[in-house]
Amino acid sequence: MARNINSAPTRSPCERASRKSPTGVPGFDEITGGGLPRGRTTLLVGGPGSGKTIFALQFLVHGARRCREPGIFVAFEETSTRILGNAESFGWNLAGLRDKKLFFMDAQPTADLVQSGNFDLGGMLAMLEAQTRQSGARRIVFDALDIVLALLPDAAAKRREIYRLHDWLLARGLTGLITAKAGGDDASSSSLQQFGFMQFMVDCAVILNHSAVLGVSQRNLRVQKYRGTSFDENESPFLIGTSGLEVAVAGTLGRAAANVTTERVSSGVARLDTMLGGGYYRGASVLITGFPGTAKTTLSGAFAQAACQRGERTMFVSFDSDSNEVIRDLASVGIRLGRYVKSGRLLMVSARTITGSAETYLVRIKTLASRHRARCLVIDPVSTWSKSGNDLSAHSVAERLTDWSKANNTTLLCTSLLDEMSSQHEGGSPLQISTLADTWIHLNYLMQAGERNRGLSIIKSRGTAHSNQVRELILSDSGVTLTDTYTAGGEVLMGTLRWEKEGAERAAAEATKVAGKLKRVRLDAEEAELGVRLKSLQVELQAKQVEKALLARTTEIYKGELSLGRTRMGELRGADVAIPGRKAVRP
Amino acid sequence: MTRRAKSRPRPKTKPAFEFRLYVAGDAQNSAQAMVNLTAFCRAYLVDRHTIEVVNVFKEPKRALADGIFMTPTLVKLSPPPAPRRIVGTLSQAQPVMQAFGVEALVA
Repeated sequence: MARNINSAPTRSPCERASRKSPTGVPGFDEITGGGLPRGRTTLLVGGPGSGKTIFALQFLVHGARRCREPGIFVAFEETSTRILGNAESFGWNLAGLRDKKLFFMDAQPTADLVQSGNFDLGGMLAMLEAQTRQSGARRIVFDALDIVLALLPDAAAKRREIYRLHDWLLARGLTGLITAKAGGDDASSSSLQQFGFMQFMVDCAVILNHSAVLGVSQRNLRVQKYRGTSFDENESPFLIGTSGLEVAVAGTLGRAAANVTTERVSSGVARLDTMLGGGYYRGASVLITGFPGTAKTTLSGAFAQAACQRGERTMFVSFDSDSNEVIRDLASVGIRLGRYVKSGRLLMVSARTITGSAETYLVRIKTLASRHRARCLVIDPVSTWSKSGNDLSAHSVAERLTDWSKANNTTLLCTSLLDEMSSQHEGGSPLQISTLADTWIHLNYLMQAGERNRGLSIIKSRGTAHSNQVRELILSDSGVTLTDTYTAGGEVLMGTLRWEKEGAERAAAEATKVAGKLKRVRLDAEEAELGVRLKSLQVELQAKQVEKALLARTTEIYKGELSLGRTRMGELRGADVAIPGRKAVRP
Repeated sequence: MTRRAKSRPRPKTKPAFEFRLYVAGDAQNSAQAMVNLTAFCRAYLVDRHTIEVVNVFKEPKRALADGIFMTPTLVKLSPPPAPRRIVGTLSQAQPVMQAFGVEALVA
């Protein structure tokens, strides 16, 4: 999507939108719904150094390269050589286009030019006529028309020549762009009087403005009028980037909705993924807020590393420190980004070097990210933006960043520094980006028993079930881990206190275990003892039984002996036979 | 040389003043310039000038090559020094004379 915006519509849109000529200025075509009015004249006014010439040139280059519309550049102020030289850095390959698709006409009045009486631009138009016929030009730019108008003796003559030019353009059906200087800073002020009627005459008028807001350069573009079409009437910030002008536009309702997926991407910390129910959503914007030193960068680094491990192209923008410092610092917690930088998968950008408004940051980041084809983007910290320029623009920039990353399905992770004094508790981030973010993770310190420990909590995460518990964030040389905090008796323990408490608990458990063992041993002993006793008693019992049996036997034998002995004795004595059934009764 | 040229110009000798006037067809300013130039030459440069008229509508390439954007433009090709240009209807003689150094020659 972004690539489409940046690389501007290909040839087919040029033809389809027949009423408009795409300018190739990213953002401008969106504001105007397609570009400048085709076959009509547009006036571009702005103060010195406001970017008029670049805009004009970009319009021609785009036509020549993408729309098969050759162009003519009439240079009244700077020589074409200088213009080409100045535009060299934009990589438009002007030298290659020159003379074939892009014709430069030097029309600077020479310094020794003497003027006597009235003159007109008929000569120039005649030449342009011939040139147009030869090259088939469809676009034409008159750069700094004010220069030549200044030579005309009176207002009537100026007006006449402007009308001549306008009529000529209309008659040929050329898409014309006239640039003119506006005095002073305020482009819409009365200083424009000599072009006042021009603004009424033309079909489209664009004002470029370059001013300093709180010491920060701010460029704005505003479409003042555009006949027969609706357009964005507000001032839009713009920037002169590495490939020309870029206009910042907020997403409009008409834009294609972002591709919403349910795909999850890892945050780089396993426990955090669990807390979030699987990780961040692809294309979500994640905000990590916290005070300085709460490991925001570390979490961002973990995310970047995880992205690189998945093989996704990633960009890491650091505003705080140099990119090499970031790599070194993250290596100390086991996050090794160096290898991905070497392989080109990860692009580290140290944004300390970028100076300027929040707008500048945004456009640079967008450009870099598009060029890198980044699927994951880390900005650490985004709160820097509020420092340069005003908060209002920084907020709108943050909004557009979120919007842009969503449109591209880029997973965006921003950290935001909370001011220690201003919001001691989980306040909103300075840019109010917290309302835009899909997932908001807050990092905090917990001061306890002379220690600062890091706590992590998820304040919100749209569309995902997430843990509501505060976790302790632990950094070690093997990486980032989260542990449960120790909650007991309504207080949350972290760090050493948690460790102590856990230690004590472990000791107590150990003691219980030992005591149990001891008791078992004792019971075993008692059991054994009882067993032994049982055995000896059994033996004794046996002995007694034997004894008893013996006794019975003895008694029997004795009894037998006795009766036998009596019988014998009787026999021996010759005693009466005992009558059975009657006992020998002694008389 | 100039004196001789003034008194009796010869077809073979080079004219003292060589002018080229670029005009945009018969546009008002151009026609005016033509009239003014003729009058000027009649007044100051009798018989020692040539005027070439270039119609930019007919010869746009030439005008482009010569870097003519405003019409009418009068270019003095000779005598030296460097060629000079005057843009406009030439309604005032004074700036024309100054620019071309005509006065000095006459005096």
